[in-house]
Amino acid sequence: MFSPEVNAMLLRGIGETLYMTLLSTLFGYLFGIPLGILLTISDKNGIKPNRVLFRILDIIVNIGRSIPFLILLILLIPLTRMLVGTSIGSTATIVPLTVAAIPFIARMVESSLREVDPGVIEAARSMGAKTGTIIFRVLLVEARTSLIVGVTIALGTILGYSAMAGTVGGGGLGDIAIRYGYYRYETRIMIVTVILLVILVQILQLIGMVMSSKLDKRK
Amino acid sequence: MAIIEVKHVSKRFFTKDAPVDALKDINLQVEAGDIYGIIGMSGAGKSTLVRCLNFLEIPTEGDVKVNGKNLWDLSERELLQERQSIAMIFQHFNLLMQKNVIDNVCFPLRIQGKSKAEAKIRAMELLAIVGLADRAKSYPAQLSGGQKQRVAIARALASNPKILLCDEATSALDPQTSASILKLLKQINQQFGITIVIITHQMSVVRQICNKVAIMSLGEIKEKGTVNDIFSHPKTEEARELLLRDADSGYEETEQIRELLAERKIRIVYSSNSSYEPVIANMVLMTGKAVNILKADTKNVGGTAKGEMILGLPEDAESQELIIKYLKDRGLDVEEVKGNV
Repeated sequence: MFSPEVNAMLLRGIGETLYMTLLSTLFGYLFGIPLGILLTISDKNGIKPNRVLFRILDIIVNIGRSIPFLILLILLIPLTRMLVGTSIGSTATIVPLTVAAIPFIARMVESSLREVDPGVIEAARSMGAKTGTIIFRVLLVEARTSLIVGVTIALGTILGYSAMAGTVGGGGLGDIAIRYGYYRYETRIMIVTVILLVILVQILQLIGMVMSSKLDKRK
Repeated sequence: MAIIEVKHVSKRFFTKDAPVDALKDINLQVEAGDIYGIIGMSGAGKSTLVRCLNFLEIPTEGDVKVNGKNLWDLSERELLQERQSIAMIFQHFNLLMQKNVIDNVCFPLRIQGKSKAEAKIRAMELLAIVGLADRAKSYPAQLSGGQKQRVAIARALASNPKILLCDEATSALDPQTSASILKLLKQINQQFGITIVIITHQMSVVRQICNKVAIMSLGEIKEKGTVNDIFSHPKTEEARELLLRDADSGYEETEQIRELLAERKIRIVYSSNSSYEPVIANMVLMTGKAVNILKADTKNVGGTAKGEMILGLPEDAESQELIIKYLKDRGLDVEEVKGNV
């Protein structure tokens, strides 16, 4: 359909998009899980209520979530330069993507953990379980299917953000769509990149759903 | 010596509107080996009270002594330790839904720091006690309510507790399953000498297995004592009310009752006009045959008094026919009744 050069570029674009999405999600969860756990347990109905901690985290997460991604991308350029050495390219994009993903993921983790039946938590407390035991052996285990669904949603959202990063030279399929489709009026390339993005989201979604339903023992 | 001692315990919850006194100056003593029932309508405070016994709820005032230790004197770590000797089961079983049966039973053992292998062996013993050894690999979602509660009981026994708290443990179960769970609890009480505290709103539960009972209403204990005493001489309005509700709920199958159930029974229904005539007395005089009155009840059905009576008939077929004919001639509905009345 396209020249070999364009085909190679599209293939590289898929690779870069996946690279940014997967790594950002991974780093996002590295910080988002502890944050989500703290939000859950420090809440007034949590297992270790702590009003001050909860309010602080709650506000930080809300601020993080309300900054539009494009603004964040620009605001974070100095940090990105410091960490990666450059602010252009797919590796550099991982920094703002991760920062944007953390508060979003923290909320998803929090909402999954809140779904855990309070009765089961009470049962664990009645057995003399410590807070750590309740977190790792009750909350995270009972919420695992919901957490996996959350990962799927996070991947889809971050993939969308990564395409946005293309507008400022972030690499990946979004970058191609902007440069060729928009600046050079090559509509065909733009349409193909969009189709590729859709297919990627579909595949990630499918994998997530299959995994979560395989792991769910409630039925 | 009392294994649980509750002294002047009060609990106040601060809600948006006004503070609520869930418990008001509760005093209670449970002796080792007791099966102690705490009964009351919903909202009486019994669930709060039972949670004060392991400090899942911290009382606003008053002392709780368990196994000779005042729970207030314990550090956080000691309290967690102590909770291992006070097991608890719940109305909705509260099993880990993503873990299979054996892992659920292993859970408290792993908390205690037992190795995986050691925990598995003990868990299998416990599952055998509750009769579920063959379901070790099943997940809770695949079990019936009664089976789930059995798993919960096995899990509760895992830490070798001295006390078992049951919070409405049979309320979500049908009467037959409920009876089998109560039987299991009684067996546990006798076999392992575990003291049991049962929270319930059903007098039938108290009647079936408790030796002592406290009646709660609106955060207070209205009456307490041995089950025998309270059943024969209820002193308070609350006790009488609970006993009355229980009257409808069937009876235990003692030897005597089984004998009565074996005989041929009929149900007669009479409406207000026929109830003025002393039918049964006349029938006995006329036919010279005695009957057993197993149950009699009058209900208000759509404004008219409908009476229902269940009679046990004499053994010989001739007398039976005579009686049935007599009653039918008087215009009463006669209907054969089988099994439990």
